[in-house]
Amino acid sequence: MRLTRFLAPPAIAAGFVLLWQGLILATGLPPFLLPGPGAVAAAVIAQREVLTGAALRTLAEVLTGFALGAGSGATLAIAMAAWPRLAATLRPALLISQVIPTFALAPVLTLWLGYGMAPKIVVTALICFFPVASAFLDGLERTSPVCRDLARTMGAGPAREMWHLRIPMALPLLGSGLKLAAIYAPVGAVIGEWVGGSEGLGAVMIHANGRMRIDLSFAALVVVTALALAFHAGISLAVRRGLARFG
Amino acid sequence: MTAAPVLLSGTVRMGARTLFPPLRLELAPGRWTALLGPSGVGKSTLLRLLAGLPIGGTFEGRVENRPPVALMAQDPALLPWLTARQNAALGARLRGEAADRDRLAAVLRRTGLADHGDKPPAALSGGQRQRVALARTLMEDRALVLLDEPFSALDARMRLAMQDLAAELLRGRTVLIVTHDPAEAARLADRIFLMTETGLTEEVAPACPAPRPPADPAVLACQGALLTRLTEAPACA
Ligand SMILES: Nc1ncnc2c1ncn2[C@@H]1O[C@H](COP(=O)(O)OP(=O)(O)O)[C@@H](O)[C@H]1O
Ligand SMILES: [Mg+2]
Repeated sequence: MRLTRFLAPPAIAAGFVLLWQGLILATGLPPFLLPGPGAVAAAVIAQREVLTGAALRTLAEVLTGFALGAGSGATLAIAMAAWPRLAATLRPALLISQVIPTFALAPVLTLWLGYGMAPKIVVTALICFFPVASAFLDGLERTSPVCRDLARTMGAGPAREMWHLRIPMALPLLGSGLKLAAIYAPVGAVIGEWVGGSEGLGAVMIHANGRMRIDLSFAALVVVTALALAFHAGISLAVRRGLARFG
Repeated sequence: MTAAPVLLSGTVRMGARTLFPPLRLELAPGRWTALLGPSGVGKSTLLRLLAGLPIGGTFEGRVENRPPVALMAQDPALLPWLTARQNAALGARLRGEAADRDRLAAVLRRTGLADHGDKPPAALSGGQRQRVALARTLMEDRALVLLDEPFSALDARMRLAMQDLAAELLRGRTVLIVTHDPAEAARLADRIFLMTETGLTEEVAPACPAPRPPADPAVLACQGALLTRLTEAPACA
């Protein structure tokens, strides 16, 4: 059981590479349309300095945007749980904002905020905001009624009930929201980089495409994927560690 | 105890439906009162009114001389991230006070939890968890204690042990115990009220002091009478 769990990811990766190479052999697509795994691996090695620099930049945007988005999402959830009338007012807005494709805002944000890190961070933060806010609010609104009765008869004020009872009880759902946000966060940063600016893995991909360096474009894609997987794994681990005792 | 008795009088409506007709329940100070009845007649609603908690319907009536209460229900509702000791002292935590260390140690000892104080609820048995809930209730040190089917999820042996412990530790307080178990009412209560759709009727409780042995003839007779009265009562919608 354990062994298969450890072997599954490398096996899937190997299968994917085989399929990729097989597709090229079967269709005869030229390397400037679809480079093979070997060519992409070579590009990763040859361009390692460019890719490392770009990856660090993207990672910085992902971390900052995730922290900002998750932090403000969690704060809003607590405010909405504490003031039901605020929740009633904001709930429709939250729902509508959830169906807006945040990626579509990237060009506007670039227009407003320029070509630096700011618009990338904001896209990432917006993407992380909603899953965190809605999952956490869900948890905060489902505090066990028996516990709330207890808190009332014990004379707990709303603030202490929130801090000692409702927030810890909702942490598992906050964890689910964070893990979901961690999946989308790197995508947000990369899309921000596509739209404007010259740094980060997204910019490397756009530039490589423009110069028909499709192998470099794929190399950047591989690095983005690795970064996204690593980020998600890191957040999942942190959530599991942090929440172990809140079961 | 010279305190005036807690008195509830009134009726509860749930939309168009009358949950219970106008009734009067007086809790004798320092004694155990049992409220016995089938599921759904409104026992928990009555208890919530006494606790000052919101109910699902509208209450027309009043509660007089309601002191602060301590609450204990079937679900021990322990917080999984706190130890048994911290759970027992939850009230102080929720009020932002420091728990009285000596009293906490004494209460844990009396509830048989002296060796389990540092364990999380997940490491305790069902009976031990219910004892933590009892310890938490005792820590509140309230004049009125409201028990809502506190032992109905326990197996027979554990239930008897918990009844004995609760009777001993809550002696002298005004206690209302809601139950659907005639044996429990017969063992523990000084006064027994039967609650049906048509209202409250007082039944005769055994005269000897609680907790009474389960096989005591007076307890068995009372239990039998209560069971008969329960089955005579019209079934709830
Ligand atoms: N919050 C609520 N909203 C609507 N109906 C409720 C609510 N709480 C209780 N009821 C209804 O009131 C009736 C009595 O409930 P309850 O007091 O819990 O009865 P008991 O404790 O005797 O089983 C039940 O029919 C239940 O469905
Ligand atoms: Mg009930």
